[in-house]
Amino acid sequence: MDTVKLLAPIVLALPFLMFFVLGLLGNKMKPNVAGILGTCGLSIVAIVSYFIAISYFWGFGRVGEEYSQEILFNLDWLKMSETLPGLTIKIGFLLDPISAMMLVVISTVSLMVHIYSMGYMHGEEGFQRYYAVLSLFTFAMMGLVIATNIFQMYIFWELVGVSSFLLISFYFIKPSAVAAAKKAFIVTRFADMFFLIGILILSYYTETFQFLDLTAVSGDHATLVHDRMCGEEFFGFLPAISTAMFLIFLGGAGKSAMFPFHIWLPDAMEGPTPASALIHAATMVVAGVFLVARMFPVYFFEAADVLTLIGYIGAFTSLFAAVIACVQTDIKRVLAFSTISQIAYMFVALGVSGYTSEHEACLGYTSSMWHLFTHAMFKACLFMGAGCIIHAVHSNEMSAMGNLAKKHMTITHITFLVSCLAIAGIPPFSGFFSKDEILVAAANKDTVLYVCQAFVAGLTAFYMFRLYFRIFWWNENESYKHHAPHEAPKNMTVPLIVLSIFTCFMWIEKFFPFFPDKITADRKTLDLEFDSVIAGASVLVALVGIGLAYWLYKEKNDKPDAIASKVKCLYISASHRFYIDEIYLFVTRNIIFGGICKAIAWFDRHVIDGFMDMLGWTARESASGIRDVQSGNLQKYALGYILGVIIIAFFVFCSL
Amino acid sequence: MSNLLFLSLFVAVPLVMMVILFLLPSDNKKAIRYTMAGGAAVILALAGYLTVDFLGEYNPENPDQFLFTDSAEWYSGALNIHYSVGVDGVSVAMILLSAIVVITGVFASWSIEEKTKEYFLWFLMLSIGVFGFFISIDLFTMFLFYEVALIPMYLLIGLWGSGNKEYAAMKLTLMLMGGSAFLMLGIFGIYHYSAPQGQDLTFNIIEIAKNHSMDIEEQRLFFPLTFVGFGVLGAMFPFHTWSPDGHASAPTAVSMLHAGVLMKLGGYGCFRVAMTLMPDACKEQAWIFIVLTGISVVYGAFSACVQNDLKYINAYSSVSHCGLVLFALLMMNQEAMTGAVLQMLSHGLMTALFFALIGMIYGQTHTRDIRELGGLMQVMPYLCVCYVIAGLASLGLPGLSGFVAEMKIFVGSFKHADTFHRFFVIAGCTSIVITAVYILRVVGKILFGPLYKVDKIQDTYFYVSEHNGEVHHNKLRDAVWFEKVATIGLIVSIAAIGLCPGWISNMIAGSLKFVNELFK
Amino acid sequence: MNLPIEAYLVVSTLLFFIGVFGFIARKNLIGILMSVELILNAVNINFVVFNRFLYPNELEGMIYSLFVIVVAAAESAVAIAIIINVYRKLKNISVESIESLRN
Repeated sequence: MDTVKLLAPIVLALPFLMFFVLGLLGNKMKPNVAGILGTCGLSIVAIVSYFIAISYFWGFGRVGEEYSQEILFNLDWLKMSETLPGLTIKIGFLLDPISAMMLVVISTVSLMVHIYSMGYMHGEEGFQRYYAVLSLFTFAMMGLVIATNIFQMYIFWELVGVSSFLLISFYFIKPSAVAAAKKAFIVTRFADMFFLIGILILSYYTETFQFLDLTAVSGDHATLVHDRMCGEEFFGFLPAISTAMFLIFLGGAGKSAMFPFHIWLPDAMEGPTPASALIHAATMVVAGVFLVARMFPVYFFEAADVLTLIGYIGAFTSLFAAVIACVQTDIKRVLAFSTISQIAYMFVALGVSGYTSEHEACLGYTSSMWHLFTHAMFKACLFMGAGCIIHAVHSNEMSAMGNLAKKHMTITHITFLVSCLAIAGIPPFSGFFSKDEILVAAANKDTVLYVCQAFVAGLTAFYMFRLYFRIFWWNENESYKHHAPHEAPKNMTVPLIVLSIFTCFMWIEKFFPFFPDKITADRKTLDLEFDSVIAGASVLVALVGIGLAYWLYKEKNDKPDAIASKVKCLYISASHRFYIDEIYLFVTRNIIFGGICKAIAWFDRHVIDGFMDMLGWTARESASGIRDVQSGNLQKYALGYILGVIIIAFFVFCSL
Repeated sequence: MSNLLFLSLFVAVPLVMMVILFLLPSDNKKAIRYTMAGGAAVILALAGYLTVDFLGEYNPENPDQFLFTDSAEWYSGALNIHYSVGVDGVSVAMILLSAIVVITGVFASWSIEEKTKEYFLWFLMLSIGVFGFFISIDLFTMFLFYEVALIPMYLLIGLWGSGNKEYAAMKLTLMLMGGSAFLMLGIFGIYHYSAPQGQDLTFNIIEIAKNHSMDIEEQRLFFPLTFVGFGVLGAMFPFHTWSPDGHASAPTAVSMLHAGVLMKLGGYGCFRVAMTLMPDACKEQAWIFIVLTGISVVYGAFSACVQNDLKYINAYSSVSHCGLVLFALLMMNQEAMTGAVLQMLSHGLMTALFFALIGMIYGQTHTRDIRELGGLMQVMPYLCVCYVIAGLASLGLPGLSGFVAEMKIFVGSFKHADTFHRFFVIAGCTSIVITAVYILRVVGKILFGPLYKVDKIQDTYFYVSEHNGEVHHNKLRDAVWFEKVATIGLIVSIAAIGLCPGWISNMIAGSLKFVNELFK
Repeated sequence: MNLPIEAYLVVSTLLFFIGVFGFIARKNLIGILMSVELILNAVNINFVVFNRFLYPNELEGMIYSLFVIVVAAAESAVAIAIIINVYRKLKNISVESIESLRN
């Protein structure tokens, strides 16, 4: 415990230091030195994170049948109020099962990405800058998950947003990358605004930011929130708790790319692929899930309606994204939509979850977190695999690929296949277990959600194997004659192997004993039972999906095109992502920019400023009007004088 | 050293510098510049010393909010005018801000070649006004210094400006003078009711506040006069239109000083004079001004989104941010007002940085039209990275100063639970999104993306422009040493407040303890 | 002959307004000068008439009218001197042509 307390600050301080060193001095270093420095720094962080997680789960964390919540340090950063000590932003370290798990996820994926990037980004201009931003991101993400208070989370929330912006716009000469970065930042910031308002409402009533106070549960209530906010109304007609919690969820929905904020994630693929793997697949995009999980007692006890809504939004998004993923041709876009769909899965799981660990009521919560973990591993592996492929064929488009299995890309091929099997939910790969638990939880709570998610599972299997067959099978591509694809260097394949080891053997508790029994909403341990009916059904659905993909894409043929032309309407609208981007573009460009902004700017220049100019004009015109009176003409003066005398005399006589 | 002398140094040092500058030959530009840098460094050192000294002397239990107070009779006769000085946490913060902006402003004006000596003389005059205003606690001298700060602006813009400078200088001066007219009425009103019947009238702020002898009827008349008078300088809607034109035409360092410090005079005056001396009317009429400033916040941000001139964008952004300052002041509680002062600090530093960078870019490309620029990150990476940092500070990124201020403002403002306040606070929150939109629009357009109108000839970049059928090639370069000094100074200050805001926030909050009582 | 005071005053008033009209309407400097003389003479008539009717035993009114005549003579001398100079310079004695002090 003492050692952990001593080591804990490293998790934040070291990446921050790395960011400063690489950011300020990076340009003076050789690229490799910067890369190695960053990677070494992150290795230390990873070791410390593993040490903390292990000693928490098997050491001081476990008190009887329950895991404790430990605050390792908590420094005052800014007092928001002189009178209410709860309203203090602190920078601290809250260690509980989910944050310990997140430490493992972030440090693992981040370390793998650091190593992988040494090969992938080799020779890129701005290599040092890339590593500096990666360090910034790791710092921010660590700070986010270990936050002791909601405001600390918001701070790091914004920081991950900006590091995401900087990484997407890494190739800043490309206009599409710049546009994507802008879009990502503005959309998530729009959602963050709701998050902020939610925090403000919540903290106004509860007078605290601290998670431990907010999520304290006794009996059937999240005590503090219940006492302070129950029956309160916001704006006179909105129930305060639900409003606040819904707004906070919207913040999470923005980061996690839930409908209707999903539009930024596919475009974010303009960034370097390893950065996509880290930020837009494994870690940052699950921040929303983490946020809901962090506030789960409040959602469950005090805002059950919002929690149900979260489940449905998740279900809709997962279906929506899965359909789009089926028709995309850019391999990174397919993975992006798959990410949206899988994160939505996690939200569904939270939406159907209960609180106590008795009778597996909180299975949804557990499976959501578990899916977060497994998804981070296999999705990062998929992205990095895609990176190797892009590296080999110099294109993101499926049409430039095909038959790569025979092109000596064995490691990439195998690890990609393993990850695809995992995401499709084929045992014994990790995705099967986590997804299966989600389906069990959904089946227990809500049949509609279960059917929907089971269908999405089939779709997932289909589009992932469409991707797989299209890349590795199909037929030989013409362009290979000029440039034969080759396997990536070792520093790119080793991370793939490590991540697929996680994916293959997660189920063996001896090796990967973190989950899932240790992560529950009430922090008590859980005994998982295996539901063979649902498991069988989901494997069957997945196999149907894979079979369909095999039938359509195992070799070059026109079946896919034929099917596409049969459902042309659906196909076209899905490949245009159901025109959501166009709607956004219309609203922002034509209504907000063209309408509101232009109108206000015109109003300002012509009405407000015009009024001021008119004042000046009036003064000048009236002055030039009366200045002729001062003509210098003696006789006019005399006339004026006489008239004046006559008028005065007139009044004098009248008054007599 | 007596308090009077110590605080007067802030006015005396620029005055001495003016004399030295006056004696220097006007063609020895190097000597002039180094004198300026040296003097500004002395002021900065003084400000630093004052801050440390203040933090040392300051005692939370101390009922007096002002420290180092002292007074000298100036013209007693019928008017009882004193030269009184004193500082509290708010003015210390403002003095620190001014000192930083002044020294960075000197470095930003390093490349001024035309009438260098005269330029710096007026520049010093401006600083005398600003520092004098912040150290005074006597309404009359305060007003005097206020006017001293305004007048040089006319000449600085009119002579050293660019574009439609005569128009802009005239407009700015007339509008601000119009504000001063209201202000003068307000100040004499305050003076007239400054003491209970039969006692000597006074201009001293502390005594007026203590006496609190103004009836609500008189306050109702004089509060709006004073508030609007200062509000004009604080760019309150609808009296903000001098700001875009004025900033666009002003030379770099003048824009910096104007947006960075002079506009803060408005917010500071609203708080120090209008609100604390006439609290009853303030409570009554706050809603009118909350509406106006609330409009400023959103309106400025929306306007900034479609501007094409870099300086217009920042001028409108200043309208939005300064609107937030006044908005937060009108929330009338300690948290929001602390946020307001922090926002003044933060906005001062960040706008100064913006204007400095725009000036540096404009100095090379001779255009500020964002449609005419693109891909500068490849040409001048240093300046562009600074611009991105300024942008991030402006949109309230944690770790930079803007975030701290905005969050304090929002948390403080949320203490008002009625629908009216809630509505405007939430409307204010939307500005953080719109800010992101216009900042990223500029970043995406001129810094990122492919090169536009830039030619590379033998490792040197040239900006190609066409003017009256002639093609011009302007050489582009990255920052030189004095530009680096100016930008680094500002960025370090922004980051220092953003990373450890505790001490300065506590210093300001400590001096604002009384407002909770005052506006109860 | 015992005319009432009103008759004298009507004459002087008429004279005064004729003078005023001439002063305003004439363009010729000599004409203006003559109009001024008319105004002064109207005043002189008033002085003398009021002296005669109100204080028959006093002489101040008479004396004042003598003063006015003297001053008017002096004034005419100066004015004519100026007019002659103007004429030499401009070959013209219209008031409108004298504007060199204006700009």
